[in-house]
Amino acid sequence: MKLVFRQLMLASLPAVMACAARGTVDGPAASTPEAGAAAVAPGFTAADVRFMQDMIGHHAQALVMAAMAPTHGAGTQLLLLAEKIDISQRDEIAMMQQWLADRKQPVPDGGHTHAMHMPGMLTPEQLAQLDAARGREFERLFLTFMIRHHEGALQMVDELFASPGAAQDPDIFRFVTDVAADQLDEIGVMEYMLEILAAHGGSEIR
Amino acid sequence: MHRTRLVAAAIALIMAAAAAAPLVAQDVTATMDDPRAGLAAGEKNTAGQAALHMRLVAFAPKPAEFDSARGLTFINSDLAFRGDIVYQGNFSGFSVWDVSDPASPRLRSTVVCATDQGDPSIYGNLLFISAESPRSRKDCGIQGVEDGGDRMRGVRIFDVSDPDQPRLVKNVQTCRGSHTHTIVPHPTDAGTIFIYVGGSSSVRDSAELADCSAGALAENPNTAQYRVDIIRVPLSSPEEATVTGFARIFEGLQRPPGRGGVAISDTATGRGARGPSGCHDLTSYPAMNLVAGSCGSFGILLDARDPERPARLDAAADLNFSLWHTAVFSNDGRSVVFTDEWGGGTAPRCRATDPQRLGGNTVLRIENGRMAQHAYFKMLAAQTETENCVSHNGGLVPVPGRDIMVQGWYQGGVNVFDFTDPANPIEIAYFDRGPVDAERLVVGGSWGAYWYNGYIYSSELSRGLDVLELLPSEFLSENEIEAAKLVRMEEYNPQMQPRIVWPAAFPVVRSYLDQLARNRGLPESRTTAIGATLDAAERATGRARRDQLNRLAAELDRDAAQASDAARVRAMAEAVRELANASR
Repeated sequence: MKLVFRQLMLASLPAVMACAARGTVDGPAASTPEAGAAAVAPGFTAADVRFMQDMIGHHAQALVMAAMAPTHGAGTQLLLLAEKIDISQRDEIAMMQQWLADRKQPVPDGGHTHAMHMPGMLTPEQLAQLDAARGREFERLFLTFMIRHHEGALQMVDELFASPGAAQDPDIFRFVTDVAADQLDEIGVMEYMLEILAAHGGSEIR
Repeated sequence: MHRTRLVAAAIALIMAAAAAAPLVAQDVTATMDDPRAGLAAGEKNTAGQAALHMRLVAFAPKPAEFDSARGLTFINSDLAFRGDIVYQGNFSGFSVWDVSDPASPRLRSTVVCATDQGDPSIYGNLLFISAESPRSRKDCGIQGVEDGGDRMRGVRIFDVSDPDQPRLVKNVQTCRGSHTHTIVPHPTDAGTIFIYVGGSSSVRDSAELADCSAGALAENPNTAQYRVDIIRVPLSSPEEATVTGFARIFEGLQRPPGRGGVAISDTATGRGARGPSGCHDLTSYPAMNLVAGSCGSFGILLDARDPERPARLDAAADLNFSLWHTAVFSNDGRSVVFTDEWGGGTAPRCRATDPQRLGGNTVLRIENGRMAQHAYFKMLAAQTETENCVSHNGGLVPVPGRDIMVQGWYQGGVNVFDFTDPANPIEIAYFDRGPVDAERLVVGGSWGAYWYNGYIYSSELSRGLDVLELLPSEFLSENEIEAAKLVRMEEYNPQMQPRIVWPAAFPVVRSYLDQLARNRGLPESRTTAIGATLDAAERATGRARRDQLNRLAAELDRDAAQASDAARVRAMAEAVRELANASR
C-alpha cells in the first residue's frame, strides 16, 4: 500500500529537519544519517486515519456503558472501574480528535456510537439489555460486554499494526501502544471481577 | 499534616470492603490553592514558574536538531549519567551534555537516530538506547520504514568513549522492540552485563525477524509475549551482544486479593487468562539482588541472584493502578515506590477533578520477599487541560536516615517527597512551569528528575534540560543537603539503582541529629547538648577528636535505650563511630 498521505505531511515538515546531524553514527549495520533531504520523518497512512476515526466511535460506546454504572446498582469495585474507563476514554477521544484535526482529517464527534462494524461493539439490543439490568446482573453483563469491547479494541490495534507502513507516526504509535497495554490489563482485572462475581452467591462486588 | 490525614482516610475508604458509593465525592483531588496552579504558558524558559525549597540553576534549550514541537517525534526522554556527562535520550536520537559546570551545561554532541523512545543507559563507554517504534531504522535514518528488512526494534549500543563522536556498534534486535531496558551486571564476571528488555508492544512478523510469533502461552509455547527478553553483552566485544534468552516471570501469576481496592474473595483464584504481556520497565538493585518489575496491572518483585533466571518473589495489584510504570527502592531495600502512568503520559491527569489515588505513586513495604501496600502519593497542585501530567520517573536523593525521592510529573513539574514513613509520604520541595501552550495540549514537562552528584537534572520533553538545586527548609536541613552532596557517583542509571554509602563526615552525623530534633526522637535538651559536643569535636583534631567522638557514641548508645526514635539514635551512634575511626 502506498503511503497516500505522505505528501501532505511533507508540506508541513518543520524547517528544522534540514539540519545536519552533529554526531556521527556508523557500525556494522548502520551508516551516517544523511543531512538535509533524507532527514524526513515518516508520515501517516490511510489506515492510521481510519483507525483513529473508528476508535473514537468505539470509545464513545464505552462511555455510554460506563455512564450507566452509578444508576444501575453497581458495587464499589465496578464503580471504580467505570470511573477509570470514563476518564481515560474521554481523554483519549479528545486526543484522537486532536490528532485528526492536526492532520486536517475529518474528525468524528465523540457522540457517534453507530459504527456497528467494529469488533467488540455492542448491538443496540445488547445495550438495551445492559440498560435494563440492575445490581449483580448489571455487573455481570457490564463485565462480559466490556471484556468483549476491549478485545475488539485489541483486534483493531493488531489489524493496524498488520497494515503496511501504519503506526510509524510516533504520536499514533505511542497512543495505540498505550491503549493496547491499558485495555489488555483491564481485561485481566475484569476477568478477575467476573470470577469473584461468580464465586459470590448474590451481592454485587463490594 | 492535614493532607496526609486525608490520604490515610481515602485509603481506608478504598480498603473498606463495604464503602458506600459514590466514592468520588470523598476523594482527595488536586487543589487550585497552590502556587503551581495557574502559571502562565510559554515555550523554552518563558513560562511562569513556581518553586518551593528548590532553585533552577540552569536551563539548556534542546539542540537545534530536536527543536520542534511536532507531536512526539522530537521529544526528549530519559537521562543517564557518567562522570561529567549527562546523556539525554530523545525520540529521534540523543544529546550528550557536559555538566562539569552544572550552572552551564555544554552540548558536546547530538546524534540524530530515530529510536522512540530512546531511553539511555550508560555502562563504562557503552551507551544503550531503547528502540521500540516501527519507524526505527537499522541505519538510524528518520524517514521511516517501508521494507521491514530496514527495521530496528530492540537495543542499540553506541561506543561513547569519545563523547564528541558516538559510534553505533551494534543493533540488538528483539521481537517486540525495547520500550525501556535495565542493566543487571553479571554477579561474578565483571566483563559481562545482562539487559532486561521492557515493553509490550506488537510482535514482529517472523519474516522480519526469525523466531518471532505472538499469541497466548497455552496455544503458542514460543510466543514472544508474556516474557521479558534478556540480552547478554560481553563488554569487551559489544558487537557480539545478543538475546540470550527470556524469563517467563508471569506464569501462574495470581491477582492478589484484598489490596488497595481489589475485591476480597476466598474462592476466586484470581488467575485471569491474560496477565501482563510484558513489563513497562524493571528496576534492578544489584546490591540487593532484587529487581522490581512494573508489569501491566502488577508490580512484581524478583530475586535476580541468577540474572538469567530471575525468580518471582511476590506481586501486587491494585484496581486504582492502571499501568504500573516504574519502581524506586529505598536504599535499605525495605520499601519500594511504584508509579502509575495512568493514560500513558500524554494525557492531563492532574486536573482539579482527578483523584489522588489515580495516576500517582504507591509505597510498598518489603518484608521477607513479600510486599505490603501503604499510602498513595501524588503531586497535588491542579494543572490545566493543556498540561500532560501523571506520575513519572525519578530516583533517590541521598539523605542519610531518610527515604527521599525526586520525581518528574511531566507538566506537573518536578517534586521531592519523603517516604520514610510509608504510610505518610509528604512533599518537601517542588519546581513547576506553566503549560507549553495555553490553547492546546503540547506534550512537555519533566520526563524524569534525578539527583546526581549534588544537583537535580530534569529532562524536559519539549524544552531541554533543567538543572535544579535543593535549598534548606524546615523539611530538609543544610546538613542533610550537604551530606547528600558528599555522595559521589561515577555512573548512574535510573533503572539500575546503586547502593548509597555515605562517607564518615560531620554533615552525615549532623543530619541524624537534625532529624532527631525535627521528629523529637530525643528531648531538646539532649539534641542541643549533642550539637555542642559535635561542634567541639570538629574544632579538635587527631586523637582528641577521636576520643570525644567515641565518648559521644557511647552516650548515644545509652540515649537509644530511652529514645522514641531508637533506631535513628543507633544509626547516629554508628555514624559517629565511623567518624571517630576516620579521625587521626
